[in-house]
This record gives sequence, C-alpha cells and structure tokens, in this order.
Amino acid sequence: MSSTISDPASDGVVRAADGTPLKQRLNRALRREKLRSFLLILPLLAFIVLSFIMPIADMLFRSVENQIVEETIPLTVVALKEWDPASGEAPGEEVFAAFHADFVQAFKDKKHTRLGLRLNYDEPGMSGLFRKTGRPSTKMQPPYKEAFIKVDEDWGTVETWAVIKQASPAYTDGYFLNAVDAHRTAKGIEMVPENERIYLFLFGRTMFLSIVITMSCLLLGYPIAFLLASLPLRSSNMLMILVLLPFWTSLLVRTSAWKVLLQQQGVVNDFLVWIGLVNDADRLIMINNQFGTIVAMTHILLPFMILPLFSVMKTISPNYVRAAKSLGANDWTAFWKVYFPQSIPGIGAGAILVFILSIGYYITPELVGGTSGIFISNRIAYHISTSLNWGLAAALGTILLALVMLLFYVYDKIVGIDNVKLG
Amino acid sequence: MKLRLLLLAAASGFTFAAPVQSDELPACDNCASEMTVVSWGGAYQNSQVKAYSDPYAAMTGVKFIYDESSNEAVAKLRAMNEAGNVTWDLVDVEGPDAVRLCDEGLAMEINADEDLAAAPDGTPASKDFGESLISGCFIPQIVFSTTFGYRTDVAAWNGATPTSVCDVFDLEKFPGKRALEKRPKKNIEWALLCDGVSKAELYNVMETDEGIDRALAKLDTIKDDVIWWSAGADTPQLLADGEIVIGSTYNGRLFSVIEEQKQPVAMLWDYQVFDFDGWIIPAGLPEDRLNRVKHFLKFATDTQRLADQAKYISYGPARASSAPLVGKHEELGIDMAPHMPTDPANMGNILVNNIEWWANYADDVDAKFQAWLAK
Repeated sequence: MSSTISDPASDGVVRAADGTPLKQRLNRALRREKLRSFLLILPLLAFIVLSFIMPIADMLFRSVENQIVEETIPLTVVALKEWDPASGEAPGEEVFAAFHADFVQAFKDKKHTRLGLRLNYDEPGMSGLFRKTGRPSTKMQPPYKEAFIKVDEDWGTVETWAVIKQASPAYTDGYFLNAVDAHRTAKGIEMVPENERIYLFLFGRTMFLSIVITMSCLLLGYPIAFLLASLPLRSSNMLMILVLLPFWTSLLVRTSAWKVLLQQQGVVNDFLVWIGLVNDADRLIMINNQFGTIVAMTHILLPFMILPLFSVMKTISPNYVRAAKSLGANDWTAFWKVYFPQSIPGIGAGAILVFILSIGYYITPELVGGTSGIFISNRIAYHISTSLNWGLAAALGTILLALVMLLFYVYDKIVGIDNVKLG
Repeated sequence: MKLRLLLLAAASGFTFAAPVQSDELPACDNCASEMTVVSWGGAYQNSQVKAYSDPYAAMTGVKFIYDESSNEAVAKLRAMNEAGNVTWDLVDVEGPDAVRLCDEGLAMEINADEDLAAAPDGTPASKDFGESLISGCFIPQIVFSTTFGYRTDVAAWNGATPTSVCDVFDLEKFPGKRALEKRPKKNIEWALLCDGVSKAELYNVMETDEGIDRALAKLDTIKDDVIWWSAGADTPQLLADGEIVIGSTYNGRLFSVIEEQKQPVAMLWDYQVFDFDGWIIPAGLPEDRLNRVKHFLKFATDTQRLADQAKYISYGPARASSAPLVGKHEELGIDMAPHMPTDPANMGNILVNNIEWWANYADDVDAKFQAWLAK
C-alpha cells in the first residue's frame, strides 16, 4: 500500500486519479459490467431452469423412480428379502405380520390404494385387492396370514407376492422394458405377447411418418421459397403474408378445416363426384387415416420449411447463376450445380425444424389420424392424462428424446451442423 | 339390480308438479369469497352455472371462477398436489375418475349425511343418493349414458330401423360407416353381448384373455367401417354431416342434435351404459375455502337444484327425490322426461359402467385394444 503514495512514474504503474492502479480499476469495472449483464439475463436463466430444465429432468427421472413401494411398506420389503418366489409357496407368517403393520399404517395415511395403483401396472387386479383390503385390515387379529387370505384368496398366491417383491427396489427398469414391449417374468426379460405389442411399432411409424411429412414439406416448400426469393420485394412481401397467414390461424381451426375438406361427404369428394371422376357410391377415404395426418401436418408445418429456405435463398447472389449460364450451362445445370448446393443449409435447417416438430406432434394426429395415423406422442399423452402411468410416459418420452438426439448426431455427421443456417 | 329399481322408481314420478322450496341459506362462517369450479365446458357446464352457481352467487355474492379442465382433471390435480398448490375448489369428474382420485388420496372423503342436504321429506342424503355414491369422495349430480344415435334417412336400409345394439354389428342389414369410441370400455361389452355372452356372465368372460380376444374378433367384423372418436362432440358432428349412419356418444349430445339442431337422427337406447358424473373436493384445501365449498355443495346438490339442471340438459338427476321435479326444457319447452336415460321406456336393456372391473383391468385391456387398432 505504501507504493500508492509514491510518484506514479517511479514504479511504472499507471494510476487513476485516486491513486489506485488503473489495471485494478479496469478489472473492477469489467467485473461490474459482467455482473450487470449476468443480472440482466438472470431472470431469463432462472425462468428457463425453473420452468423448462427442471420439469424435464424431473419427468425423465420418473422413468426409473420407484420409491413408493419401499416407502409405503418398508417392513415388508425387508421381510420379503428372505423369501424366494421359486419355492412355489406363499411367504410365511412373519412376512404377513410385517405387511399387516405396514398396511394398517398405509391405510391410516390413505396410501394403500396408491400403492395398489402402482402395482396394478405390473399385475392387473392389484388395485382392487388393495382397495378391498383397506378397511378390514384394521380389524385383523393374528395369525395374519389367514386373516389376509380371508379377505381375498389372492393374498395366498405366490404371484401376488412375487409382484410385490419384484417391485420393491427403489429404482426400476420396468417402465423402460414396458416402453419397448418387454416385461420381466420369472424366467427373465421377455417380449410381451404378440397381441399386446404396440410401442416399438408406434416408434417406427412415428419416424416413418415424420420423414414423409418432412419430405413433402420440402417438395412443396422449395419452389415457393425459390419464387419468394427471386421476385421483386413488393410482390414477394405480398406472397410472404400468404405464407404466414395460416401461421396466425388457430391450429385447431386449420385441422378441423381439413376434416371438412377431406371427409367422405366433404368438399373435395363432392367436387370429384360432381366432375365425374369418382363414383358417388365409393367416395375416397382421405381422413382418419395416414393420408389425412400427412396432409394436415404438411400444411401446418410448411411455414417452418419455407422461412429458413427463404432466408438462405435471399443471400444467394444471382450473379453465380448468371456466370454459370454465361459459361455455357443450361438452366437445369446452372440450378443444380450452382444454385442448389448453396441452398442446402436452408434445406438442412428446414428439415430439422419440421422433423423435430412432427416427431412430437400430438393434437393433429389425434384429430385426423384415425387408427393408422397416430403417433407415439398420442400414447404418451394417454399415459399422462388418462392411465396416469407417468413412469411409462416418462420412459417413452426419454426414448423419444434419445432418438431425436441420435438423429441429430447422425445428421451432424452427414450434413454437418455448421451447414445449417436459419437466416 | 338395486340401481335399476332406484332409477325406475325415480323415473316413474317424472310427471308430478314441482313443490316450491324456500331458498333460505344458512350463514357461512369463515368462508372464502371466491371459488374456482372446474367442469367440462360447453352446454354441460352452462347447465351447472344456470342451475347452481348463478342462484348461489345471487344469494351470497360469491365470485365464481370457471375452469374447463375436467378432461384432464386427474392428471392436473396430481400435478397440483405434487407442487403443493391446489388452486381448484370443486371439480366435476366422471365416476371412474372420482374413484381414482380417491384412491390416490387427491380427493377429500365426505360424509354424505353431514355434508349434503336431506330430501324435502327428510330422507337422509345417503339414502336419497343411494347407489350413485360410488366412492367415499364422490358427490353425484347426474346419471348419463353412452348410447347410439342413427340417421333416419339412410336409403340403403330400405326402411328398416335399428332396434338392438347388435344392429351396429350387422353390416348386411344396416350398411354404412359407424362411429365408436377409441377406447376399449363399452365397445368390449357390446361386442361380447352381441357375440352371445349373457349379461350375467359378461365380466367373468372379460376377465379371461380369450374373452377379450373374442370381443376383438367380433369388432373385427366391422373394423373397416368404423370411424373411432375421441371427443364426445365427434359423433353428433359425423351424424349431422352424413359421414356415419350410426354411432355411440353421450345421450345429452344426441339430444341436442335431435331436438335443438333438428337433424334427421334418432336414439337407439338398447344397452345404454349408465355412468355417474359429480363433484369431488380436492384434498388439503385451506379451511376458509373448504367451508365455502361445503356451503355451496349443500345448496347445489339439494333436491330442487339437481332437478333444475335437467331444464337445460337431458341428463337425469342423481338423487331419487329430484326425479318428480323434472319439468320442461327451459328454451324448447318440451317435456324432458322421455329424453332422460332413466325413463322407463329407455331402460329395456341397460348396463352400468363397471368401475371396479375397469379400475383393475383398464391398462391391460387398453394395451390389447390399441395394438389391435394399430394393425
């Protein structure tokens, strides 16, 4: 500190008016600046962490979380460790006594039915069994084994206890197994019976339909974007409004409009019958199937393809094409060899945007998809809001997220993420 | 069946005149001045507002906030409960959801005789509501049914009209597209009944894997001609457009297509499936809000109020003592009694939603049903 009083020139340190070294002052000012900008983005950061990242992480965690069994019937979980389902006999009195103590407590806390619902995912009937046993459990006298079996014979079966034992660990892979049409049996992991397999099939269909939708968006969007980019500003702005107009219309209205257009007694069929192209008796079925889903979703997602394409094409100088032509290329060669490669970043951006949006689409397939046009997201929604099997919904969601990440990675390897331009 | 007797007894009295009931409300101590009521929106919520909330607000000055989320009520209540911030005071749900919410500990248990008003003749609420009290948390309002409507102008039927639910499966006599719900519930039951299973054996058959396969095989015979709906408004719309010739939906929806919109559609009541709809109170409400809800409920589920609701929509009141008070439609001026699912003429063959069975097997059957649908 003594140096602050001395002559500035003597030690070569540049000082501010109050004598502190300028470097120190500058650092302090910079730090203050950084802090201020951090404080400026803090609300947004906090908002994103709280409302986006944390809920997603919490939801994904549910795909393996299974503490409910251990928390609701802790004594039973310990007592069941000794018991082996392979013995072919129901557990003995000590397990039933532990279970009785747990169960009465759970009944008091009104948690026994909750556990029943959880176990019902593994074995249909458990929910009813637990609900039924609720009130009688408080009046039971030892021996408890007989007392439970008196309420319902199912308490005496090996299967019931095997389900409880299997569901005991605090973490489970059961939801993930279910999400790929498998389950754990006494013999190990097995596929579920043929007539119950659905999820792998739906994942496949979701991928397939999303690719088809992306391709049809590209086929329809490319010429429009090209037109928009090459027209003079006045008319291209006019057209741009037409592209954006459906954007500002409610999603549900647009989807319902397709119903009116495409149904068998709808506008398109009426017209086809009127001009005699289609017989009145066999009108085309264009809605409530895959075709309906593809048409409606292509329409809804088209702006997401056109806008990035347009903004990239805007930056392509017409001089290149002119140069190619002056060097002897015909129209097609000039377009294909010179113009098209330069528009690829726009295709990349548009395709990613449309594909990722369509892979998680839910409401349109639900409304116009019938049975052959529904996506995996419709099953996720079902498990979230109707069956309340949030663990399975989380597992399906996690797989979907992983699939998107994987495709993104593959895409990066093939096209290169640097080649994507949004404008 | 006990329920059937109760419904019959209720329905037989439809024509009596309504006695006037005094509208004196007891004072409400330590009560919130606002309540958030959740229901289904549309004509149904409207009937509740007109029959319950508006008169109550006029008497007490309470402010009502309406939410239309009943469709996702179970999932949303669970999420609110986990977040520790339940913003709803009263939620309208269907019977199965009420059982579910009660099982999850998300709905409050009630004491029917204490929390609900007795009938005008002094019959305690628990007896007056009777079988409709399907769960300790459930406060019933209406009986509704899922049934079929068909177009009356189908040329290909040569003048025949469907009289049995099995006509839905008869493509030769009644050709044309059908609409069924995109859920196994009810479809499985109807398919098996039309495949020769007796009503008494129905759920025993369904409990076996073969039973479900048998039902799906029966549904297979019409699969190519079915449009699967997921919203109750779909079938009425499809019927009005002529997209389908026959389809299942809720009886109130069909009432409005037939009587309000005057479309050429008629009801097929055979094997209608009865369900209850009513209120639940979310668990863990603060005291002042709970007091308000209870005060409102005692009023809104009394005999007169439940009968009033039937002026606006064709669903039957859930308490026996309300049935004789059901009168005419508020705007159309037609007698509502013949349009009630509980009218004796409509009750030839009925099923009652087997909540207990479906609570156990819904996930399993649904997986099979969806896999079948996807094929």
